Amino acid sequence: MSAQHALLEARGIGKSFFGIPALDEVDFTLGRGEIHALLGENGAGKSTLIKILTGVYRRDRGTIALDGNEVSPEDVGQAQALGIGTVYQEVNLLENLTVAENLFLGRQPRRFGMIDRRAMREQSKALLARYGLNIDVDALLASYSVAIRQLIAIARAVDLSGKVLVLDEPTASLDANEVKGLFSVLRQLREEGLGIVIITHFLDQVYEIADRVTVLRNGRLVGSRALSELPRLELISMMLGRELQHITREHQAEPETVDERGAPSIRFQNYGKKGSVAPFDLDIRPGEVVGVAGLLGSGRTETAFLLFGIDRADSGTATIDGAQANISSPEAAIASGFGFCPEERKTDGIVGDLSVADNIVLALQASRGWMRPISSAQKRELADAFIKSLDIRPADRERPIKFLSGGNQQKAILARWLVTEPRLLILDEPTRGIDIGAHAEILKMIERLCSEGMSLIVISSELEELTAVAHRVVVLSDRRHVAELSGSQLTTDAIIEAIAGTGRTEAA
Amino acid sequence: MIHARNLPFITTLAIFVIAYALCVLQFPNMLSTRVIGNLLTDNAFLGIAAVGMTFVILSSGIDLSVGSVIAFTSVFVAVMVGSFGVHPLTAFIAALVISTLFGCLMGAMIRYLLIPPFVVTLAGMFLARGAAYLVSTESVPITHEFIDAMMGFYIRFPGGGRLTLLAMIMLAVFIAGIFIASRTRFGANVYAIGGNIQSAELMGVPVGSTTIRIYALSGFLSGLAGIVYTLYTSSGYSLATVGVELDAIAAVVIGGTLLTGGVGLIAGTFVGILLQGLIQTYIVFDGTLSSWWTKIVIGILLFVFIVLQRTIIWYSNRQLAVRQLKEV
Ligand SMILES: Nc1ncnc2c1ncn2[C@@H]1O[C@H](COP(=O)(O)OP(=O)(O)OP(=O)(O)O)[C@@H](O)[C@H]1O
Ligand SMILES: [Mg+2]
Repeated sequence: MSAQHALLEARGIGKSFFGIPALDEVDFTLGRGEIHALLGENGAGKSTLIKILTGVYRRDRGTIALDGNEVSPEDVGQAQALGIGTVYQEVNLLENLTVAENLFLGRQPRRFGMIDRRAMREQSKALLARYGLNIDVDALLASYSVAIRQLIAIARAVDLSGKVLVLDEPTASLDANEVKGLFSVLRQLREEGLGIVIITHFLDQVYEIADRVTVLRNGRLVGSRALSELPRLELISMMLGRELQHITREHQAEPETVDERGAPSIRFQNYGKKGSVAPFDLDIRPGEVVGVAGLLGSGRTETAFLLFGIDRADSGTATIDGAQANISSPEAAIASGFGFCPEERKTDGIVGDLSVADNIVLALQASRGWMRPISSAQKRELADAFIKSLDIRPADRERPIKFLSGGNQQKAILARWLVTEPRLLILDEPTRGIDIGAHAEILKMIERLCSEGMSLIVISSELEELTAVAHRVVVLSDRRHVAELSGSQLTTDAIIEAIAGTGRTEAA
Repeated sequence: MIHARNLPFITTLAIFVIAYALCVLQFPNMLSTRVIGNLLTDNAFLGIAAVGMTFVILSSGIDLSVGSVIAFTSVFVAVMVGSFGVHPLTAFIAALVISTLFGCLMGAMIRYLLIPPFVVTLAGMFLARGAAYLVSTESVPITHEFIDAMMGFYIRFPGGGRLTLLAMIMLAVFIAGIFIASRTRFGANVYAIGGNIQSAELMGVPVGSTTIRIYALSGFLSGLAGIVYTLYTSSGYSLATVGVELDAIAAVVIGGTLLTGGVGLIAGTFVGILLQGLIQTYIVFDGTLSSWWTKIVIGILLFVFIVLQRTIIWYSNRQLAVRQLKEV
């Protein structure tokens, strides 16, 4: 171990997929006791760089040195042996194993050559305690929520990493409290001299936690700077290669314009389900964006499940255009013109081997029935239109979607629902994992769709996003609709007050 | 603590106990140690092969070459001992080496040429069967004092039943299998690969060497099953044991292992084997039923179990959703 060398140093990394360069001459240097943010737009090559450093992909060119010694991990196991622990963007651990088995896969404590289950259980508990998780480690991973799984994946990687810890979008499914907990662990690890690489699209978090930042754009290195001397706007233009046209915040829909749109066309009255969401009333007018705010677990996703018929309401009625509607299943909801883009798109949404175009027309095809196939000309046209409007990169409709970056896959899934032209589209966290350029595009698109008469329900934990796009925001707390804000009342502070208003304390 | 993933196993066990009780009610003799001893001996080779098959299926693969490898080993051993006068022990070792290497080769093709296991082991099935014909197309009888000594070795139960060496080998293989699956890193890696191969790879599981080892293990156990079969029939015949891989798969599935991989127990396969043996024994006791009834009952059982597994998965997903809602 010599102090004059950086902890991890990559030089001139190059990588092409099928002749298309994904990384070109990229340098990356990570110091000891440093938290280093790796930023860039969707498809910039962040995940690819990580995978090359950790042995998932073979690099075409370049060198990697750890502690000054050249290394070349051939697979993740070797990278782990070198002291590099990673949480990949797409890894979701193994649902068929228990929590403890997941935490210690490949490095189980042994006694007399046998896996020592008791030791494994004890160590797992101790490991998770650091993150404030007190869960049954013998239960199957499948029985826990995405957020808890993410924390388990992080705990595993931290425990594995003797020298370097890499986190690819670790906070995407964590709530504010969990992020705080994670960051305090990261700070502690930094004290211990670990080098930490973190990829995220939340710039607030970057400024909160990171010391340095390296920015990639289109597979090339834009620069590497200390964050203390890098203003936010400059960072953004490094990422985008242009200035960000400021997201129109003046929107703040005036109530009059909404009322002009006329009577609510979709009404839910006294709608609810025991143990899920308390009965609520919700009216949706054509062209209206209704935001749903609340802490994780406050009943946001459950509300969406009810509205879309995934969960069956046990009280109340739904009326569409004055006629009673029975939304008892997702099929019925789709038939009524509803669409739903769920939170867990990464795992549930994509069909990896199908092309981008096929993935985009999937829901439309399903709603038409398989007897009336979409012609290939029509498919091409639709796909190209959405690839363009959502800026899906690379703009190649025939490419299998599994080869797209995480954020671009997400855009394609969004496009899938948009092509069906639903009258009511429910979006659960529509901008998670999407870079800020595309973020603005999506918000713009939401506005355009509304002006065409589509109604939207947007569930989001980013309050600024909600106040920017929504005409009205329903606030949830403790599985109850506690407030509805609109017009001049609609501010982030008001939402926070409403959430806090019931004095709910965080349970998890 | 009972995991939902162990429910199929517990169901199978319950069904076996009930079925056995019903059989005993009708034919009290079926409780005798003699019947139990025979049941174990008659199914020894199938049980051994099914342990290998369980590992393969747990990794969400399939091995169709099992029956052919058994036939090849048995002809190979019979010819070596019968025609060339090689000592049985030498022949056994040679047969095991060949079958293990054969499994290695199939595993390597699956992993490195990315050919689906179904295709690779189908080719392996034809290849091994062809090789068996090449060795001999006749049924080759085998006699050797060493083999007589092996067959003469047994433990006598009270009641006249015998635990033969063949049954002991099978039981040992099951115990070793249970141990490997649940208490070694290799076993954990098998479950990991069966759960999701991409995730397993990103978690650092050595997917390549594990895959090769899985098929090598299946090859080795097929070879061992072939040796046991040779001892059991005192002959080697290249036309024998056609479709045994399917019986093995049936035992694995009835034992509660999901064909999609990642979930199941070696002990379940043991119960699956016992259940198949029980049906055969019942038919023998009854005397009027055609032996085809074995196949029919197994077919019905398979259907029942696949439906049962689906239901359990559906139900536990449902429970899960409810639990997650309550969790936060
Ligand atoms: N296995 C692969 N095969 C083919 N192309 C790939 C593969 N992995 C990535 N790419 C391409 O490489 C480019 C960089 O992708 P990468 O996943 O590194 O982006 P990213 O910066 O992580 O984006 P995001 O923020 O969306 O996760 C993309 O254009 C992607 O389509
Ligand atoms: Mg990525």
